[in-house]
Amino acid sequence: MVKLTQRLGGLVLRFAAFCAALGAVIAMITSRERSSFFVLSLVAKYSDLAAFKYFVIANAIVSVYSFLVLFLPKESLLWKFVVVLDLMVTMLLTSSLSAAVAVAQVGKRGNANAGWLPICGQVPRFCDQITGALIAGLVALVLYVFLLIFSIHHVVDPFLLRKS
Amino acid sequence: MAVSKLASAATSDKSCKILLGMRLLAFSATLSAAIVMGLNKQTKTFVVGKVGNTPINATFTAKFDHTPAFVFFVVANAMVSFHNLLMIALQIFGGKMEFTGSRLLSVAILDMLNVTLISAAANAAAFMAEVGKNGNKHARWEKICDRFATYCDHGAGALMAAFAGVILMLIISATSICRLVQSNKYCSTTASPSVVP
Repeated sequence: MVKLTQRLGGLVLRFAAFCAALGAVIAMITSRERSSFFVLSLVAKYSDLAAFKYFVIANAIVSVYSFLVLFLPKESLLWKFVVVLDLMVTMLLTSSLSAAVAVAQVGKRGNANAGWLPICGQVPRFCDQITGALIAGLVALVLYVFLLIFSIHHVVDPFLLRKS
Repeated sequence: MAVSKLASAATSDKSCKILLGMRLLAFSATLSAAIVMGLNKQTKTFVVGKVGNTPINATFTAKFDHTPAFVFFVVANAMVSFHNLLMIALQIFGGKMEFTGSRLLSVAILDMLNVTLISAAANAAAFMAEVGKNGNKHARWEKICDRFATYCDHGAGALMAAFAGVILMLIISATSICRLVQSNKYCSTTASPSVVP
């Protein structure tokens, strides 16, 4: 009974992380806005900035990985490898989120010392959608940190309570 | 005498030797990244116009704290190097403290958290440096590396050290997690004889 709730908890966390990462990818891909500025027309897409492309790729990898691990059978020997893979995926998530937030912050506030003007005033809906994608990425990251601690506690058995 | 006791205490197992060496390397890499980026500053005078025949000069400074990503980079690298220093000290000097398994678990979890911290910091600084180096014509942000070459070079060096630290911290964290399932738990010998000749 205890093992069933453990496995169920792990599955629920992983499914929620899969949904969050997928939501982040979809929100960022569908963010596209055109704004007219006299005769100039500025189209803001996520692929203009390298950090957002990295964010989309990293979260796509994470969502595919979560989807595959959801179907791993309970008695498989790969669960110990899943702990290390979870660590690498968490690193991927945090690095992509941090890079996207760093660049989005420049887009929102600008950088007065470098002479970079903020772009959020001209494309507000684009900025809001990027913010939503970043929040979904943050939720996925937090869920994966919980999953890591969960995996270490249940799979690796640090207190050596199970005789094997 | 104390040095030999410390050396035998720290290297009692093969994975412990690897762990100690990696931690020393990661400590030095992240500390150098923090120091190089923290001291990164370049001042240059440009001619911004001419009034009649006399040129007008303006002095511009490029500092690391103009960019929040670089501030986060310095702080995170300092924190990770401090964490590595603590773990090295724990491995060498902590032999007599006999805790339960929570000591091993807390080392593994702390290593995990620091891996995520250093990877976040290194990547944020890398992408901000890429924007500074290449500019962005869609957002009309001009590149700054053609004017502040020394600033960019020092930043690149700090980034390389931080990425070396990322790889080392990943290996350290994986090793710490793997050591959770081994039977000989602690690295330092608990019952080392303190014979003073």
